[in-house]
Amino acid sequence: MTETQTSIMPLLEVCNLSISFTQYMEGLRQKSLQAISNLSIDVRAGEVIAVLGSSGSGKSLLAHAILGILPSNAMISGKMRYAGENLTPESQASLRGREIALVPQSISFLDPLMRVGEQVRPSMRNGNSSAIQREIFARYHLAAGTERLFPFQLSGGMARRVLVSIAAATNARLVIADEPTPGLHPTVVKETLAHLRELADEGDAVLLITHDIAAALEIANRIAVFYAGTTIEIALASDFSGEAELLRHPYSKALWQALPQNNFIPLQGSQPYPDALPPGCLFEPRCQLSSHECKAAQPEPRHLRGGTVRCFHAA
Amino acid sequence: MLLFLAGKTLRLLTLLVAVTALSFLLLSYSPIDPVRAYVGADMLKVGPEQWARIAEHWGLDRPPLERFTRWSLAVLRGDLGISMIFRRPVLEVISERFLASLALMLTAWIFSGVFGFALGVIAGMRQGTWTDRLIKWFCLMLASTPSFWLGLLMLMVFAVWLGWFPVGLGVPAGVLAHEVTLADRLNHLILPALTLSIIGVASVALHTRQKLVDVLASNYVLFARAKGESGLRLFWRHGLRNIALPVITLKFASLSELFGGSVLAEQVFSYPGLGQAAVQAGLRGDVPLLLGIIIFSALFVFTGNLAAELLCNLIDPRLRLKGNSFEKL
Amino acid sequence: MKNFDALSHPHRLTRLNRRQSTLIVISLSVIFLLGLLSGGLLTSDAGLSTNLTQRTLLPSLEHPFGTDWLGRDMLVRTLKGLTLSFGIGLAAATASALIALVLGLTSALAGRHADIVITWLVDLFLAVPHLVLLILIAFVFGGGTTGVIAGVSLTHWPALTRLLRAEVLQLRSADFVQISRRLGRSRWWVATRHLLPHLKPQLLVGFVLLFPHAILHEAAITFLGFGLSPHRPAIGVILSEAMRHLSAGSWWLAFFPGLALLVMVRVFDILGENIRLLLDPRTAHE
Ligand code: SF4
Repeated sequence: MTETQTSIMPLLEVCNLSISFTQYMEGLRQKSLQAISNLSIDVRAGEVIAVLGSSGSGKSLLAHAILGILPSNAMISGKMRYAGENLTPESQASLRGREIALVPQSISFLDPLMRVGEQVRPSMRNGNSSAIQREIFARYHLAAGTERLFPFQLSGGMARRVLVSIAAATNARLVIADEPTPGLHPTVVKETLAHLRELADEGDAVLLITHDIAAALEIANRIAVFYAGTTIEIALASDFSGEAELLRHPYSKALWQALPQNNFIPLQGSQPYPDALPPGCLFEPRCQLSSHECKAAQPEPRHLRGGTVRCFHAA
Repeated sequence: MLLFLAGKTLRLLTLLVAVTALSFLLLSYSPIDPVRAYVGADMLKVGPEQWARIAEHWGLDRPPLERFTRWSLAVLRGDLGISMIFRRPVLEVISERFLASLALMLTAWIFSGVFGFALGVIAGMRQGTWTDRLIKWFCLMLASTPSFWLGLLMLMVFAVWLGWFPVGLGVPAGVLAHEVTLADRLNHLILPALTLSIIGVASVALHTRQKLVDVLASNYVLFARAKGESGLRLFWRHGLRNIALPVITLKFASLSELFGGSVLAEQVFSYPGLGQAAVQAGLRGDVPLLLGIIIFSALFVFTGNLAAELLCNLIDPRLRLKGNSFEKL
Repeated sequence: MKNFDALSHPHRLTRLNRRQSTLIVISLSVIFLLGLLSGGLLTSDAGLSTNLTQRTLLPSLEHPFGTDWLGRDMLVRTLKGLTLSFGIGLAAATASALIALVLGLTSALAGRHADIVITWLVDLFLAVPHLVLLILIAFVFGGGTTGVIAGVSLTHWPALTRLLRAEVLQLRSADFVQISRRLGRSRWWVATRHLLPHLKPQLLVGFVLLFPHAILHEAAITFLGFGLSPHRPAIGVILSEAMRHLSAGSWWLAFFPGLALLVMVRVFDILGENIRLLLDPRTAHE
């Protein structure tokens, strides 16, 4: 977790990304579902940045947007730059699977009828793919026979290693891990996270999308807190400590305080639905610091103590 | 696997016995007098005494139970009795007719499979586009089309208007059966086979399309796309692999419809197959032949279902390698 | 690659406003079918009588479907035929739906043995090709209208029975049913108060979707000569007669009646699918 490895220019920059879906209501009324709004984040080589948000809040869409594999009825705006170049559908098509790799959530992302080895290999386009695949399997302690197995024959831990190995096999510079540790045994979680950290230490940029604050804290350099479709704070992992005095946003603080090992103070209310977002600050309905201006407008992100925050009253 | 086969065979046996017994029972209560079938056109020349003698000859004067016992014992020896209208052993009639039907059904089975699959794949790959809608519309229309009417249209266009094929009659009139050449046979096969193929396309195409749409919406295809796969390569690696088995299974499991279709097609085109024999046996009261065909068609359907299940068990690794997972490495 | 992007997710979010178009389609289908029915019932039989001055006429304004070799108006015959099909479809669908409901409920509620017997019975009826079974049943009844109705009713319940049985099995494990059972409610009480209301949509859809099958099979079996008597203006009869006049080039004798049958069957299909969509969007594909 050395800060020195973190280079200055981000490998991936996401600026004001918004994703919405059109929904037809009864009659001819149309409604726009704002799944992600004005999300900004940057990912640097050599670091792990975690996007932390509750499950089912549309975080995966961020991954899909970066990879360019959103469903066709998604409307997308904002800017994404990879290695200084604008991401276009064309460049995304050539980058995914080569420069940008995805570590998916579960075994259901593997073709159930294809042997595991074959699913790892296509990611590699040069060199002797079988040899590289074996090497990678060995590195992840997957027995030689594993490549001949079908996904359903893998144990939970093996499946995890296979999924990570697919990303490792690509030589990708940006690895996006989308909820890679759902409901797993603690040792498997630890191992998977260690693999991701390893990739970052080797110089990759790792974007970890998760709802698990412990997982995020374990390996991330920075943590982007995701709320109602946007990042409300980007903090250093080390900011999550003590009485949360280093955290900038009321929601992040509440999140931290709600943990059992801290003060165990639950946060009242729930996240707004994407079809009923509040007009002002997205957190306003639940915020204790809420004031007049919070109701009127959404706070823009601003830099504060080495992080970013979207709150009028953060100090 | 052996256990599986044994279980299946046992099930087949119970079903066959039940089908047979039920059919026999039902047939014996039919108001249609089987003697008439035998007598046929000579009806007026046959007096009541002769009628009774014929009935006695066939054992028709006995109570149903006795007839059934006698008949089933014979069946167990492989003797299905004598067809009344063909005046030949039922087994002989069935095997001869079935070969003709098989040629017809097999052709239609293959063609409808290939074209239906292709259409389904095209529609599924272009889901939501006009191509997809057109194919779907076409298939749904086909599914509502009476197959014998389609046969009539075929006859109308290709036989009456264009004159490419003869109107009716499985073999040219006045030619002895064994003098019929292969070309003749083929000539008579084309229209019924075409009709059956077209009708069969609908279900295969719709099934294929739905499977492909499901597969394309799956997580593993999303992930494959995230790995940079797309287009034909993606279809080849993940699409085909995952839709082939369900579609082949459907083909085998739908032999019942194919058989029904061939009954109608054979009737329209006067094709001398098993279906036509079934219709004649039914219309003219040839009970032994009808029974034989019922049993045979049940066997036929069962074979298809069994083949479908066997294929799944042999090909699908999730079934084939059940219990053979990582622990055994 | 474009295609795949367009495909990967079904447009789940755009489905909501289908509700209205669904309603429109249902109304149109019902109006169409009622129109056909009243057309068939209200038209006088005059067109059916022999009129030797008007033999084998091509379709014209006066006789949109043409006339046959006895000078009968084909449009009238077709309409009458469709009405007949409708009636038989109704009888068969009702009977099949009732059988399916009783068997489906029994199978899922009356214990393991009943279930085994009924499942076996379903298998039994599916063991022989549909059409062969129809021939057998029609034969047993000595042909005629009874034979057709019996045949078509007795061969269409298995699929629906399977469906209902599966549905009941699922419902049975639902909380409210479990609680009722534990409260000591009888099976019958549970069946009528809890299960039946939940089965209604399935049953209605199943009932409507039985029509197309029943109608097509009736036409087929009549066409083969087992069904309705040749004196009835059934579509199957019309088509089998038309077959004999095909070589003379009278294409309209077969073309229009068959097409009309197709349209009617398709409309029933559309009706059923849309009712399903309306009542149970969860299981409806697309
Ligand atoms: S902007 Fe206002 S409402 Fe929003 S988090 Fe800050 S203080 Fe709370």
